[in-house]
Amino acid sequence: MVYLFAAFLVLWSITFGYLFILGGRQRQLSQQLASLRSQRATPAETPRDRAMPGEG
Amino acid sequence: MERWTRTHQNLLWAVSAVTIGIALFLVFLVAPREATMGDIQRVFYFHVPAAWVGYLALFVSFVASLLYLRRRESRWDRLAFSSAEIGLVFITQGIITGSFWAKATWGVWWTWEPRLTTSAVLWTIYASYLTLRRAMEEQGRRERVAAVYSILGFVAVPINFMAIRWWRTVHPLVFEGGGSNLTPAMLRVLIFCIVAFTLFYLAVLSLRLGIAWAEEQVEQLRYE
Repeated sequence: MVYLFAAFLVLWSITFGYLFILGGRQRQLSQQLASLRSQRATPAETPRDRAMPGEG
Repeated sequence: MERWTRTHQNLLWAVSAVTIGIALFLVFLVAPREATMGDIQRVFYFHVPAAWVGYLALFVSFVASLLYLRRRESRWDRLAFSSAEIGLVFITQGIITGSFWAKATWGVWWTWEPRLTTSAVLWTIYASYLTLRRAMEEQGRRERVAAVYSILGFVAVPINFMAIRWWRTVHPLVFEGGGSNLTPAMLRVLIFCIVAFTLFYLAVLSLRLGIAWAEEQVEQLRYE
């Protein structure tokens, strides 16, 4: 019985470990995609835009 | 697959979870105790489905690789490497559960007999495939090389399957001559477990394809 439960423990550990890695990767990619899309939606700033008020 | 809605995915996960739950119930409480090996034989009900889904996933990768080389559409490349990755996870499960079963019945964790040796070769081929694909950065070439590698690597799958039929081996042979060596009650539980694992594979594949699609989008947005 020890080998039976050990085998099932390892089987489900691999399964949930893999799903945990996939879940983490999915969250990370969603954040990266949202960040890249927001960067593209915002027009690039010119040095003039970045100048402090009253400088130019 | 990436067009699947969230509802479809959730439904697939729910059906898969329920069938896996029923499979666990059948394996531990319904399947008869094997006379010679005792309870350790119950590993068989997850060992065989894990190997079956591993083969299925690698076959899907093989077909998707052929389609990629023919049509050059990135969706086939995504399907090929997503399915190969899942296949490798299931082949790993098959090898490890088999190793526990071997220790309990043969007295050793591993022996270099034909089925185990070809399983080790199969595992190495697909681990190398995934490593190679991740290491290559040049788009287009990476997909082509991966597809060719996947097609050539698939040769190891039928060899692994036939190993216990072609050569002398200590590994049990469950299906031969169109029939099985199982009692009807054992066979019913095994078939249910195979169905449960196949549904689980489809659920994981839908998740992995979504990730592959997002990876491609991030890569495109970075280099545009």
